[in-house]
Amino acid sequence: MDILYQIFVGPFVQMATAPDLLVQTLWDGLVSGVLYALIALGFVLIFKASGVFNFAQGIMVVFAALTLIGLHQDGLPAFVALALTVVVMFVLAVGIERLMLRPLVNQSDFILFMATFGLTYFLIGFGQLVFGGNPKVMITSDLWLPSGAIQYTGLGGYVQFQKIDIAAVIITSIMVAVLAVFFQRTRIGRALRAVADSHQAALSVGISLEQIWVIVWFAAGVVALATGIMWGARSNVDFSLEIVALKALPVLILGGLTSIPGAIVGGLIIGVGEKLADFYWGPLMGGGIEGWFPYVLALVFLVFRPQGLFGERIIERI
Amino acid sequence: MLYREVGQYKTNYAADMALFPILQDRIGIAVILAIAFVLIPLSGNDFLLNAVMIPFLIFALAAIGLNLLTGYCGQLSLGTGAFMGVGAYACLKLTTFFPNVNIIVWIIASGFFSAAVGALFGLPSLRIKGFYLLVATLAAQFFLEWCFIRIPWLYNNVYSGNIVVPSRTLAGVPVTGPTATSLTRYLVVLSIVVIMTWVASNLVRGRIGRMWMAVRDMDLAAELIGIRLLRTKLLAFAVSSFYCGVAGAMLVFLWYGGAEPDVFNVDQSFISLFMVIIGGLGTMIGSFFGAALIYILPIALREVPAALGLPLYPATVEQLQFVIVGVLIIVFLVLEPNGLARLWQIGKQKLRVWPFPY
Repeated sequence: MDILYQIFVGPFVQMATAPDLLVQTLWDGLVSGVLYALIALGFVLIFKASGVFNFAQGIMVVFAALTLIGLHQDGLPAFVALALTVVVMFVLAVGIERLMLRPLVNQSDFILFMATFGLTYFLIGFGQLVFGGNPKVMITSDLWLPSGAIQYTGLGGYVQFQKIDIAAVIITSIMVAVLAVFFQRTRIGRALRAVADSHQAALSVGISLEQIWVIVWFAAGVVALATGIMWGARSNVDFSLEIVALKALPVLILGGLTSIPGAIVGGLIIGVGEKLADFYWGPLMGGGIEGWFPYVLALVFLVFRPQGLFGERIIERI
Repeated sequence: MLYREVGQYKTNYAADMALFPILQDRIGIAVILAIAFVLIPLSGNDFLLNAVMIPFLIFALAAIGLNLLTGYCGQLSLGTGAFMGVGAYACLKLTTFFPNVNIIVWIIASGFFSAAVGALFGLPSLRIKGFYLLVATLAAQFFLEWCFIRIPWLYNNVYSGNIVVPSRTLAGVPVTGPTATSLTRYLVVLSIVVIMTWVASNLVRGRIGRMWMAVRDMDLAAELIGIRLLRTKLLAFAVSSFYCGVAGAMLVFLWYGGAEPDVFNVDQSFISLFMVIIGGLGTMIGSFFGAALIYILPIALREVPAALGLPLYPATVEQLQFVIVGVLIIVFLVLEPNGLARLWQIGKQKLRVWPFPY
């Protein structure tokens, strides 16, 4: 009975008696959820438009962040470095399209997925060759990003909000809004959605697949850069971030592989769920459950909705 | 000319269904086995045995395991590393409880524990498909990895949290532990891998293998012709995990001789998947090709700068290795998306018609 109490009652009592801790945990979960959602957003962009499950999104985040820091260290002003990094991401997108996607056109999804693994290896090695393997500090203040924290007293204690986290939430919201408008309202956005629906039908009405692919990979690169800046501002930039990027996978399938709102909602569910579970139930199991909880949570959701929360319904025909 | 089956008549069903129906194939496999069992041990090269052949064979077995699941039954999995880990920890517990039983029995038996765990984590595959399943199997990977670290009972409460492999002998000859020679370990690994490969290649040509392939090609249609999806998919997960478990037990007991839980992390799962894809999905020989390419290539790359006399830092060499392996993966996929096994088939066809172009 004691163990049942500890699992089913104890944590809730704890939540009710110390609301400040609950709010703090929720906020932490929300912020990490937003960051997971950002990585997942990059995945979704590419998956929607080309059907490629881009495993390299995580390493693209690291690569973009390192490029930005590296350029700044070479003496360029922060915003010039930022612009140049965007150019680098564009060159990368063109390179990927020319050298990897175009020769592999019409291959099965699985082969394309493996090719992005090759890309991951390449970027890991190349990034370390150019920038070195040491962790780097993100140039937060040069990019006019706030630091420090706001303390809110109340709820029988105090809650701390890091300013950078607030900035991350705001920037992400703006980015999602811009992307949504881009997808729904612009000519290119409509072309992207057409490609996502059917490659052949899109080709037949005169949409250039090559151009579309460069655009989505570039967009994913810019999202990766934003993610890299946000994530780098919270901790250092190094190659272990790539493992964190794996966390975007449960977010992705929870929300549905093809849905941008899904990526956001999935990110928030995973982020909040992970932090709550780790804080309230983790000690019962020896801690460190953050590592697998998101995957199990996503798995449970998937058993009931195999296409994810917002994914397109999977219709199978013989 | 060289590789022609003309004149080799099959006069009974047994000959028709033989694993190697063509004489040249039989000679070829005999030569390979002779090299593996006689020539390589005779060479007595410890580096070749210990650093190349043993891990190559073990990874090939793990790749065969994953290939049964992914290549034959069409279920994507990124849990290979964890299933290998289950095998290793099961073997450790078994040999701790029953130290007098032959260690090879426990290495094989640990596969059954892995199979049970694999079947359990295979359950969602009934509802979840494709890339969704891939991420679902990551749940198995990370959960089991966490168990390996957090449950001290699994590693016998050793302070360091690592697996410490005890010394075990077979007919007076040490097989595991620090006193075992690499030659003994190599022969044990080789025998197990050869036998299990033989079993697997027969499994996939029989009823079970055909059921798997039907499910791979279209599970809905397979269900309509009377294949029970639940049983077939779970069997694929179980058999695949069995192979991975045995490979994991061998990895720790016959190669590393002690291991951190880190050995069975998600990278191991990814690498196994690489091997299967680069080698060729749904082929036995492809698993060996893939393991050779992915495992031996980096070793070779490491030796190249030293051989050429280039003064490079070890770190630089490692980074270059990542770049080269990454590029090679893409190049291989572009040149031959069906894997090295397909190249092998094309080569055989060329030999068949040689010296004529067609």
